[in-house]
Amino acid sequence: MTDAPESASPDELMTVNAARALAGARTCFVGIGLPSAAANLARRTIRPDLVLIYESGAVGAKPARLPLSIGDGELAETADAVVSVPEMFNYWLQAGRIDVGFLGAAQIDRYANINTTTVGRGPDRPASRLPGAGGAPEIAAGCGEVLIVLRHSTRNFVDRLHFVTSVGHGTGRGDRERLGLRGRGPVAVITDLGVLRPDPETAEFVLTELHPGVTAEQARAATGWPLRTAAHVGTTAPPTAAELTALRALTNA
Amino acid sequence: MIRRGAKARAGDVADIRPLPEAVADLVRDGDTVAMEGFTHLIPFAAAHEVIRQGVTDLTLARMTPDVIYDQLIGAGLVKKLIFSWGGNPGVGSLHRFRDAVENGWPRPLELDEHSHAGMANRYVAGASGLPFAVLRGYRGTDLACGSGTISTVTCPFTGEELAAVAALNPDVTVIHAQQADRDGNVLMWGLTGVQKEAVLAAGRVLVTVEEIVDELVPRPGGVVLPGWAVTAVAEVPGGAHPSYAAGYSVRDNDYYQAWDPISRDRERFTAWLRRNVLDREGAATR
Repeated sequence: MTDAPESASPDELMTVNAARALAGARTCFVGIGLPSAAANLARRTIRPDLVLIYESGAVGAKPARLPLSIGDGELAETADAVVSVPEMFNYWLQAGRIDVGFLGAAQIDRYANINTTTVGRGPDRPASRLPGAGGAPEIAAGCGEVLIVLRHSTRNFVDRLHFVTSVGHGTGRGDRERLGLRGRGPVAVITDLGVLRPDPETAEFVLTELHPGVTAEQARAATGWPLRTAAHVGTTAPPTAAELTALRALTNA
Repeated sequence: MIRRGAKARAGDVADIRPLPEAVADLVRDGDTVAMEGFTHLIPFAAAHEVIRQGVTDLTLARMTPDVIYDQLIGAGLVKKLIFSWGGNPGVGSLHRFRDAVENGWPRPLELDEHSHAGMANRYVAGASGLPFAVLRGYRGTDLACGSGTISTVTCPFTGEELAAVAALNPDVTVIHAQQADRDGNVLMWGLTGVQKEAVLAAGRVLVTVEEIVDELVPRPGGVVLPGWAVTAVAEVPGGAHPSYAAGYSVRDNDYYQAWDPISRDRERFTAWLRRNVLDREGAATR
């Protein structure tokens, strides 16, 4: 058998730990891609009654396999309610009814601000055009808290964003309140190397956990700002056989 | 009597017409056109008819440009895009959109860029006959910088500063739905996105449907558009492909994945467009 815990890939470590971060959530606004995989895994493992909300209008979707898009038919067919897009953003998200927003990113900075709009490639080439904002700016602003899942590299974890698409903690602690953003903002960035969380005083993201076998030096080398480490850096629990089996069933379905 | 593109009046019913004739009449050079449908019910067949007729200098509005606008942009018919998320859902980039923005090919593309919440509220304002909509949004982001359609407004009751977005009123909105009856009353169900707002915000409305039925049967969560709020209806079975129509078809995810390599290369795209759209009548298939 290949589903022994020690055989987990870096991506699987990231997704399993992202799913675990939903242990206390009741409702989750789910971005497509890595966040969707993690949220669906949580519903199959630690949080069976997690309400998955997709911006296409599905509230309480229960897909049997991972959807390719946020509007796959199965999301609506299995939902508790299907609502229009204006209703989704105004009544459900903006009004503060959703506990956790789960986002991916192209770039983040040390305060977990997100860029999904455009990335410069130097003076001789046009900036690389990315898809843009989607639902993320208001998800990041209005959900009770925000989780970000992202592969760890200096390409993604940058000293300075080329464009602020969605606000994490702005320029530091107190900025969200100053901007009138109602949710608590990002509380964890889960990567394929470990977990970063905001410093309680400055809101700068610091390394708090590493996956088994990963060193702090590896995490620092993959971060585009001088990554600080918490006083005590923990190790994430290895994925259980049950977690890996559920994840592989999801992604291979 | 055939009404020539006039906005429907109360008491009128929508004209049921062949798609080429309806597109020729309702979609005009220089128009602001919204083709909506959030992943579901995207009006691909109507867009392909627009490409075949070469209707050009369009300003296209759509929350998620998707492959449908990648094709229109690559065909060189689009001067401006109003949008909030320009990707191939679950796959990656829209390469024709990127080529237009990054390299101006086949022509430069002006952008008016929003978040989903902002775009949805722009249609709500347009449908409501208001000049703008209010929302909590954009605070602290770079999206508001340089956009002529995002501003702020102070609440007259609490003094709170909120985001304001300009109403979006397309010249013509094009959508796909499951059914219409013979009076042009339209029924759609499943994920219905922002279509009702996009329809009611528009000056002219074209709806393609999977089938025309004798009687519409109410559905849970169904949205009905009265025939007098619609200008023209065309029966186009499969007209949402590679998107889908709940109850009739499933999303063709393989098409969306196959689009990535086709759209990466200008020559390959151009050959695809000729073979699958320009030299063909009706909905394009792979």
